[in-house]
Amino acid sequence: MAATTPRQRAGWGIANTVAILLALIPVVWIVSLSFKTTGSITDPTYFPTHWTWANYSGILTTSTFIRPLINSIGIGLIATFIAVLLASMAAYAVARLSFPGKRVLIGVSLLIAMFPAIALATPLFNIERILGLFNTWPGLIIPYVATGLPLGIYTLSAFFREIPWELEKAAKVDGATPFQAFVRVIAPLAAPGMVTTAILVFLFCWNEFLLAITLTSTTASRTAPAAMAFFTGNSQFAVPTGSISAAAVIITIPIIIFVLFFQRRIVAGLTSGAVKG
Amino acid sequence: MTTTTPPVTAREPLAGQRRHRARLSEGARAERRLGWLLCAPAVIVMVAVTAYPIFYAVYLSLQRYILSAPQLTKFVGLANYGAVLSSPYWWHALVVTVIITAVSVAIELVLGMLLALLMYRTIFGRGTVRTTMLIPYGIVTIVAAFSWQYAWTPGTGYLSAAFHDSAPLTKTSTAVAIIILAEVWKTTPFMALLLMAGLSLVPEDLLKAAKVDGASAWQRFTRVMLPLMKPAILVALLFRTLDAFRIFDNIYILTQGSNGTGSVSMLTYDNLFTGFNFGVGSAMSILILICVAIIAVLFIKGFGTAAPGTDIRR
Repeated sequence: MAATTPRQRAGWGIANTVAILLALIPVVWIVSLSFKTTGSITDPTYFPTHWTWANYSGILTTSTFIRPLINSIGIGLIATFIAVLLASMAAYAVARLSFPGKRVLIGVSLLIAMFPAIALATPLFNIERILGLFNTWPGLIIPYVATGLPLGIYTLSAFFREIPWELEKAAKVDGATPFQAFVRVIAPLAAPGMVTTAILVFLFCWNEFLLAITLTSTTASRTAPAAMAFFTGNSQFAVPTGSISAAAVIITIPIIIFVLFFQRRIVAGLTSGAVKG
Repeated sequence: MTTTTPPVTAREPLAGQRRHRARLSEGARAERRLGWLLCAPAVIVMVAVTAYPIFYAVYLSLQRYILSAPQLTKFVGLANYGAVLSSPYWWHALVVTVIITAVSVAIELVLGMLLALLMYRTIFGRGTVRTTMLIPYGIVTIVAAFSWQYAWTPGTGYLSAAFHDSAPLTKTSTAVAIIILAEVWKTTPFMALLLMAGLSLVPEDLLKAAKVDGASAWQRFTRVMLPLMKPAILVALLFRTLDAFRIFDNIYILTQGSNGTGSVSMLTYDNLFTGFNFGVGSAMSILILICVAIIAVLFIKGFGTAAPGTDIRR
């Protein structure tokens, strides 16, 4: 681009600032709420006038939040691991091998990606009660794996198409079976794409709400977002604004960390499938 | 576009055929077998968790089935569908859902395009802008919804205070507007990222050539960039429309669907898990699925029929 004038710089600077402010205002607001004292929470200033850690110590000493937080982490990690494992196997096949049924696989996974979760909630609720999976970790992990798979297959097959496949041929010439070529040569090359996919799938699991409130009934398996929605105040009349805000901030921290560390990867992952189709 | 696509489970014939085939195709058959083998686990999980439950939902939707009165359960044919389709609540929820979907996707497209241009073209601070935009995308929807809810709660919220202690979440029109606001805030960055991928397909030379030929900035945008970005725009619109149509989280937190702000997903949830009317709830689920299929077909037809370079809007 040509040299920039101060006018242009100012214009872009204002646009940048507006965009960043709009993105951050609601986030900073919930952080600010979480630091307000019970007395000042009904005082509608944007920043707290009296700061306190009480909301955090309150929720971090009760099992009504700690247990769901552990559930969220555990369910998210296990579901992500299984989904990425299964998705990378399928994506490898889609990107590399020719076999009948490939189009059907892509079609089915796109259909599932577009599925309204509410359409799954009832049948899964009934089936899981019959199978004894209702209100258990596997009861959420299995649907999360299934709904994370299309995203995983889609993202990973886009990544896998970019891998230098001559290396695989070389390995085969050297006597490796297709499976050995996959495990020894391609999997290490595919690791960055798999990390990206894992982040996207984990964010999906971390964010999921509808299945989390319908397929669980107690803190035994309820995830953090679902538990937050059921928070009650200390008394019938106390609104748990402070506790909910503190919980909200705690479950937002991992996302901020992911975003700061893996910014490029997340952008690459989100856009990988979009343009190449 | 129905859900009856057969699963890919054709592994049996391989072992038998093996000996009769010529050696030449050994590699091809190993490849085919590996392909199926690698896809099988993913397919099994996806089919078990989605296809099977959908058939079960169709079956439930044909029953009178109220969880609190199981002895009354019996086959009622299409009566549940009749009940839903003649209910004003259903049509109201559908109208609300369509309004929320159409308005928020339209706003997101415009804002997303501006944001994409900003993230792609800004001359400094590009990394900061891109990183910041990932926060609304990544943040848990419930968290954002609570933030908006408290912001508009009289006595607590800075926004409510700024608007003279108004309680907009208790009035249908303003509550829907806030739901749309929450939805737009959360998903515009996602739209922008998809559109940015489309922007990167526009060759810089082409824009320079257009500039040399005297095209204004607006002409370069509408005549050069938009036509080239069309596939990315359509993909982004399809994703977002289908996603917005199933809106639930924001409404659940912001209004619980009160004052006529419930979407079809919210209404279905209430029937299922508050009323425990699984017959009617399942019928609603199937109707939502049909709506989603119709939207998808309309978009995919749009992909196929629209000639390159024609107007983007369908």
